[in-house]
Amino acid sequence: MQWTRQNLFSSWGNTLTTLLILAGLLWALVPLLDWLIVSADWRGSKRVDCSSGGACWVYVAERFDQFLYGFYPEEERWRVDLMAVVLLGSLSLFLWSRVSGRTATACVFLSLIIGWFTLTGGESSLPPIETRLWGGMMLTIVLTVGGLALAFPVAILLALGRRSTIPVVKIFCTAFIELWRGVPLITVLFMASVMLPLFLPDGASVDKLLRALIGVSLFAGAYLAEVIRGGLQAIPRGQYEAAAALGLGYWRTMYYVILPQALRHVIPGLLNTVIALFKDTTLVLIIGMFDFLGIIQASLNDQEWLGLAAEGYVFAGIIYWAICFSLSRMSKGIELRSNTHRV
Amino acid sequence: MLIAGAVWLLGNIFDNLADRGIASGFGFLRSTAGFGISTSLIEFSEASSIGRAFWVGLLNTLLVSAIGIVLSTILGFAIGIARFSSNWLLARLAVIYVETIRNIPLLLQIFFWYFAVLRSLPGPRQSHELGGLFFLNNRGFYTPSLSLDAGGVAILFSVILLAVLAILKRGQKRVVKLCAFLASGLFIFVAVGAEFSLPELKGFNFSGGMVLSPELVALVIALSTYTTAFIAEIVRAGILSVPRGQIEAASTLSLPYRDQMRFVVLPQALRVIVPLLTNQYLNLTKNSSLAAAIAFPDLVSVFAGTVLNITGQAIEIIGITMAVYLTISLSIAFAMNVFNRNTALRGTSP
Repeated sequence: MQWTRQNLFSSWGNTLTTLLILAGLLWALVPLLDWLIVSADWRGSKRVDCSSGGACWVYVAERFDQFLYGFYPEEERWRVDLMAVVLLGSLSLFLWSRVSGRTATACVFLSLIIGWFTLTGGESSLPPIETRLWGGMMLTIVLTVGGLALAFPVAILLALGRRSTIPVVKIFCTAFIELWRGVPLITVLFMASVMLPLFLPDGASVDKLLRALIGVSLFAGAYLAEVIRGGLQAIPRGQYEAAAALGLGYWRTMYYVILPQALRHVIPGLLNTVIALFKDTTLVLIIGMFDFLGIIQASLNDQEWLGLAAEGYVFAGIIYWAICFSLSRMSKGIELRSNTHRV
Repeated sequence: MLIAGAVWLLGNIFDNLADRGIASGFGFLRSTAGFGISTSLIEFSEASSIGRAFWVGLLNTLLVSAIGIVLSTILGFAIGIARFSSNWLLARLAVIYVETIRNIPLLLQIFFWYFAVLRSLPGPRQSHELGGLFFLNNRGFYTPSLSLDAGGVAILFSVILLAVLAILKRGQKRVVKLCAFLASGLFIFVAVGAEFSLPELKGFNFSGGMVLSPELVALVIALSTYTTAFIAEIVRAGILSVPRGQIEAASTLSLPYRDQMRFVVLPQALRVIVPLLTNQYLNLTKNSSLAAAIAFPDLVSVFAGTVLNITGQAIEIIGITMAVYLTISLSIAFAMNVFNRNTALRGTSP
């Protein structure tokens, strides 16, 4: 009672605001919840099962597998599941304090290489599966994780290069970073998909997915480099001097002393870049690939399920939101924890 | 080694271009376009040159960005400040808005507004209307328009410019000045004979007035609501950066809440906010390139889309497009740096 009076009805203006908001919420939420849940169709398998006027979740349920795997052949989908488990397993090593960050990073890179060969197949007993069949959430994750993995080493070199004392290196790295940061991702993707083939000798061709990955990683690399540079700037001079006093050269100083500290400082920033990239991978649908949003967008044009745009987008929105929101909570949690550790 | 690599790459490019029968160089800009563009600020027809199509696209990009920047700044400040409201419900609502919008991909939001909302509106005969002046239907948003000759446009712009200068210049009677400018502007306006034109339903569609295409409306709504969420966070961070003592001191002077915000908190918060705001404006401009996904004729969709398909001159076209965005980015960054210097200095002099 006390609380309501203080926080909702403390003055005339305040009371009016509260009442207006409540009225607005009532006006918007009641029909929304009705559409979303109460009068929605949950059961069935055909378009005709959706007759109540509410949301048609039957369509999402019917298409769910396709939203996850795209056109990846059904009998081979166990590979995707297996690799998802391997990837999650190796990523969770980062949370285990007994494994060093270096080992965990190595494991993630190893699992990515294994994952690439397992998913493409072609070797040994696994039949090859063309990357144009990849799609849905699987493609979104491949683009995000693969793009980051390719971008990360480049980003470290760029960040170091931008702080280099050699003018040529410094100018080159600065220009490279600012170039990719100054243009929209979509032009980078166009460049990768249209221009890259022109650079190659006759007959050689690069897979479309690989081209998109190169575009994404150039773009992400520039942003990651700026985040890492922020971490490098936070390292006190004394650390460099101490490393020099131990007789360590430039690369060893960076590898053993500076980078481990700098990267730990910027984990929240790195996670924010991951979130941004995860959202940005939706752009590959413009160059004709079927990521999670792309495959939903494509399925909306299906003759059998016309007129379900709202359902498709709401479903996509909920999934994207859940993933991005939990990642951002994680980043906030790490930020708070690392602040308490700092002296 | 680097030079050898560059020579190899260049050799490949020329071989490939020769194989595909694509001419290099910028001659293609003078050839006729052969395609139409739905939304254009300047005159454009199929007989116009490709170079003119470039300007149409660029102007559309700038138009969308300018509207988006104005809307998202106003909304962003409102929502950022609302997070500190003493009304619990209002503050919560602001948090929910920010957390929802910024965790959903922009492209998805554009699709939602375009396909799920605007394209599924009723046709012109059943349009939603507001006071007989504004109409909303699946063909777009119809508003009254002003027809002006060149002189009128020049006067209008100079009045707006003067008004903006009057606001930016710190004076005691800002509001008085502003009103004076607006009144004189309106007077001149009527004097040069501006004509209002109202949208009217004739047959199956509207005539008269001005129409904003569904693509433009969807893009502007999605871009500005999305950027609003980020600006609101920046405004919040800026306000949090003002030391508590400042607010306590202001309350000791018994300044009302509104004045505390206006004269004590916001001016100091701006120093933190402005540099971060620059980034958001740049992001918005770059994000406007997502127009290509719903076929709004912005620079990327006209130039890197349509023109590239017609001429096939990938290197020149992608190069020009990237150069344009780089120029826009660098000039916005420059302009904001100047503004930043002005706000940063104010704290020292009374």
